[in-house]
Amino acid sequence: MAMAIRAFLMFVLFLFSTQFCFSLYEDQVGLMDWHQQYLGKVKHAVFHTQKTGRKRVLVSTEENVVASLDLRHGEIFWRQILGTNDIVDGLDIALGKYVITLSSDGSMLRAWNLPDGQMVWESSLQGSKLSKSILNVPKNLKADKDDLILVFGQGCLHAVSSIDGEVLWKKDFSGQSIEVQQITHSPHNDLIYVAGYVGSSKFYVYQINAKNGELLKDNTAALPSGTYGELLSVSSDMFVTLDDTRSKILLINLKNGEINYNDNHISDLIKDTSGQGVILPSRLPGIFALNLDSLGILIKVTNEGGLVLVEKINNAAALSDAVSISDGQHAFAFVQHEENKIHLTVKDVHNWNSDLLKERIVIDHQRGNVEKIFINNYVRTDRSNGFRALIAMEDHSLLLVQQGEIVWSREDGLASVVDVTTSDLPVEKEGVSVAKVEQNLFEWLKGHILKLKGTLMIASPGDVAAIQAMRLRSSEKSKMTRDHNGFRKLLIVLTRAGKVFALHTGDGRIVWSVLLRTLRKSEACERPIGLNIYQWQDPHHHALDENPSVFVVGRCGPSLAAPAVLSFIDAYTGRELNSLSLAHTVAQVMPLPYTDSTEQRLHLIIDVNQQAYLYPKTPEAIHILQHEFANVYWYSVDADNGIIRGHALNSRCNGEVVDEYCFDLRDLWSIVFPSESERILATMTRKSNEVVHTQAKVMTNQDVMYKYISKNLLFVANVAPKAIGEIGTATPEESWLVIYIIDTVTGRILHRMTHHGCQGPVQAVFSENWVVYHYFNLRAHRYEMSVVEVYDQSRADNKDVWKLVLGKHNLTSPFSSYSRPEVITKSQSYYFTHSVKAIEVTSTAKGITSKQLLIGTIGDQVLALDKRFLDPRRTLNPSQAEKEEGIIPLTDSLPIIAQSYITHSLKVEGLRGIVTVPAKLESTSLVFAYGVDLFFTRIAPSRTYDSLTEDFSYALLLITIVALVAAIFVTWVLSERKDLQEKWR
Amino acid sequence: MRSKLILLLFVQLCFALFALSFAHSSGSTEGYTINGRVKIPSVGTKEFFLPGKISNVKVILNGGQRVTFLRPDGYFSFHNVPAGTHLIEVAAIGYFFSPVRVDVSARNPGKIQAALTENRRGLNEFVLEPLREEQYYEIREPFSIMSIVKSPMGLMVGFMLIVVFLMPKLMENMDPEEMRRAQEEMRNQGVPSLANLLPRSS
Repeated sequence: MAMAIRAFLMFVLFLFSTQFCFSLYEDQVGLMDWHQQYLGKVKHAVFHTQKTGRKRVLVSTEENVVASLDLRHGEIFWRQILGTNDIVDGLDIALGKYVITLSSDGSMLRAWNLPDGQMVWESSLQGSKLSKSILNVPKNLKADKDDLILVFGQGCLHAVSSIDGEVLWKKDFSGQSIEVQQITHSPHNDLIYVAGYVGSSKFYVYQINAKNGELLKDNTAALPSGTYGELLSVSSDMFVTLDDTRSKILLINLKNGEINYNDNHISDLIKDTSGQGVILPSRLPGIFALNLDSLGILIKVTNEGGLVLVEKINNAAALSDAVSISDGQHAFAFVQHEENKIHLTVKDVHNWNSDLLKERIVIDHQRGNVEKIFINNYVRTDRSNGFRALIAMEDHSLLLVQQGEIVWSREDGLASVVDVTTSDLPVEKEGVSVAKVEQNLFEWLKGHILKLKGTLMIASPGDVAAIQAMRLRSSEKSKMTRDHNGFRKLLIVLTRAGKVFALHTGDGRIVWSVLLRTLRKSEACERPIGLNIYQWQDPHHHALDENPSVFVVGRCGPSLAAPAVLSFIDAYTGRELNSLSLAHTVAQVMPLPYTDSTEQRLHLIIDVNQQAYLYPKTPEAIHILQHEFANVYWYSVDADNGIIRGHALNSRCNGEVVDEYCFDLRDLWSIVFPSESERILATMTRKSNEVVHTQAKVMTNQDVMYKYISKNLLFVANVAPKAIGEIGTATPEESWLVIYIIDTVTGRILHRMTHHGCQGPVQAVFSENWVVYHYFNLRAHRYEMSVVEVYDQSRADNKDVWKLVLGKHNLTSPFSSYSRPEVITKSQSYYFTHSVKAIEVTSTAKGITSKQLLIGTIGDQVLALDKRFLDPRRTLNPSQAEKEEGIIPLTDSLPIIAQSYITHSLKVEGLRGIVTVPAKLESTSLVFAYGVDLFFTRIAPSRTYDSLTEDFSYALLLITIVALVAAIFVTWVLSERKDLQEKWR
Repeated sequence: MRSKLILLLFVQLCFALFALSFAHSSGSTEGYTINGRVKIPSVGTKEFFLPGKISNVKVILNGGQRVTFLRPDGYFSFHNVPAGTHLIEVAAIGYFFSPVRVDVSARNPGKIQAALTENRRGLNEFVLEPLREEQYYEIREPFSIMSIVKSPMGLMVGFMLIVVFLMPKLMENMDPEEMRRAQEEMRNQGVPSLANLLPRSS
């Protein structure tokens, strides 16, 4: 029976698979997919509210995004995503219509049109050495004047015209070995001061004519001691810095072209303190801020060069730059924390006694601390000044605060997803009220009649809109319970900020979010980073009353030697169940295929000292592991030295402290690649949870090929050392790509192949018995994709039916890496047009449905390509039988069919990864693509052969049935009448 | 036929070899500047660009090493590119662009050659045009009677109509004698007629 069903399924599959591509009608957009746009953590923000038109704020972020946001609602007007190496250093507005960005270490200056984000001009500024990059757009009130943009970058000062980006003059400072710290422009005499150090104690100032770049004066002074940290300009001719003991403030004055300095002890200003201060970067006229003993201290510089302590701020979090509110009046804001509230204070720089604004705002403590604040003023109806503040939080979210309330917030932490896992939703409780169903019946029918009208194309535009709205808000898909088809799940994502979000797959809304305690900055853990997120407990059979949970592995710093941190999170509520700061480090986390009685999955965390630690730390877990002690293998890749090693568990650790959850390793094998000819570029394994339906593959001539399916296969791609760089750096003769397929239990090399004249970057995906990889062919100067399929030759004799009948086959022999079966491989290469950022393969619940490759292209789109295009058996002229099997005639390049872009006309900007999760419905696979944007959809690689599509017209079915019943009655009446006539005759 | 082909190839080769220098060296010793232009023909109008679309076009060097954008007139440039063979891709939603192979000559400073990799056509002017427009959605077939008729429900209704209206016609053409005999037979067999199933109104 099962066989029959299977055969039928295969037949249906075949029927449906004659259609190659996944395709979508335009009105189906948003039905099963959603797309969210984000920006990343805001670094710079500039308000644009002067004109009466739309009020907007321009931001640049750590994801290299430049965007214009609606100040009322926080929506994106436009957004430009720069290249990954093109880090934004500065942002400003020039001429009131251009947004100026400085990026790439001060070498790229671009102007964007303020209303629509079109690039207006671009200027490449060249210099000779790396330096601090400074963007200075002098504010000139006379708009007709050609505004200069001063850019310091790469050791040169450039003056650029803001109209067309032309470099008007250039001054090279790299020869003098000066480290330029500050550039100030004094508008009244059109002078530019360039200040910097040589070494740490020699202070230089250059006076430059802003009109032509003429050097008017240069001055130097030896400071009494070395300096520490930032050189801050308090006004156009006054600078402040700290000395190298960090206990004195140096005030440098440039009156009349002479350098005068005086130093003041911090302790003179602030009594009973001994701590060392740090000058906070700020741009305030006549005032600077000092961080001392976690106190924020504001110090005013008088015109005579004296220092006056203005205020001590407790729990200071952030300080804004000054805004000019009227002639000569400047305001700035600072923020203080108090439990779950923040205090926002806006003060006048010159008139310290009164607050312009003092507000208390309640902020969700899951957003963490305030990291940055930008303020803007507006004139209220009573002619007084109001202030709004844009606040960037610790979790990278962005808030606009006005009148003591959060006007809007953006969860921009989601722009930097690090890792993704999924969780099922709770099972629906029994008991659906009948009244609700009855009330909905009419609605349901009405909906279907509307849909029918839509399919018959007789719907009016109003109807079409109604249909679309009805489909989109269909409450069915956003329910918080498990559905029959397994479409509704929670996507649990870990972001770079250390915040974990749960997104509903139905509509992409945030179900819960939690800022992990372990991944927040603390004394013990200065720069924590989140690494991965794994399933911890996924109750299926036992322990059903417990919620599933996930755990996050992090590290206390960027180096491998930093200690590890763990956090356990309830997947339904987002509660942090437990968090651990571990004594050991983390190099690798290995989920084991064993679970304990509460369905907690066993994990081994392997540290840099080659010791494995078992989690959960329960005696039961130890017991299970001891049972499977000999079956735990793994490998490690040392890319720097070109070594791949295989490991197994050896014994308990014999350290001073007895830890029964710690194990030593033994090395089983190692493969050392010759470093003069090969460098490891990429490795890829199969997904551990992949399901394979059948091992056998029936060929056209009734032959059977047996797939070599092992969970322990590793794909390695190596390139020639000279070709390790990017495209354009190596010639075809000196570059080659060598690929290996290695068994990670025995270290046996199953397959090795060299592609001459090829280089990276290599993107690969491994599934079942095949691997597909993408690389660059330098000879043809095109990208290529190759497929390698591995078949088990030792089982190939089993095709004889008699042997099967008589039981003389070896199909039931256990599959082991140690049995060293003979394998054969088949491979083929094709050209592929685009650069590729990520490749993934669809996965389905039972592995029956044919597979599609999901290719994230350089244009940030995701293309679904049927695996059959990457079949090594494709030939130029397939025979009739082969055609029936679905073999496509060989072409030299892979087709790109626009309808098979699963992202259709959307872009997943800054695409970094694609994740596929099987739905319960065999035909369907859920796809989540993440980058700066998030995109989710579900796809059916062989069409939905096992369920009716959403488009299925129930109304038509109903009408047909009604028509049939009516017809039956009519015929019955007719026949009765005829009978009667017959009888009368 | 063959000679024609050879001639064509030769002409192409000429183009490739004597490509006009559409880029110039920046003068600095570090690298060269590649200047080019992206042209997107819009349907119907003489305008070269669809408004609002050009701002979404990105030009990508060597698979993401550098990204630049188009100026309003469609020009773009990469500065400081070292000599060698490079790849330029254009990412624009709605259009399919072929990647371009760009050779920046070291011996001949400032000489740059370009060729489309998809069809190996040399470019004598560095103007990139889309090979085709991309249609991301299936077009819904306009309503037709045939689509209804072809659907399973349509077939059911159609079959029923045939039975209802054509069968009596066929019966009429039958011989009355034979007809009576057939009816006799049916009555004897007691065919379960619908009339028996339905509740009698009388």
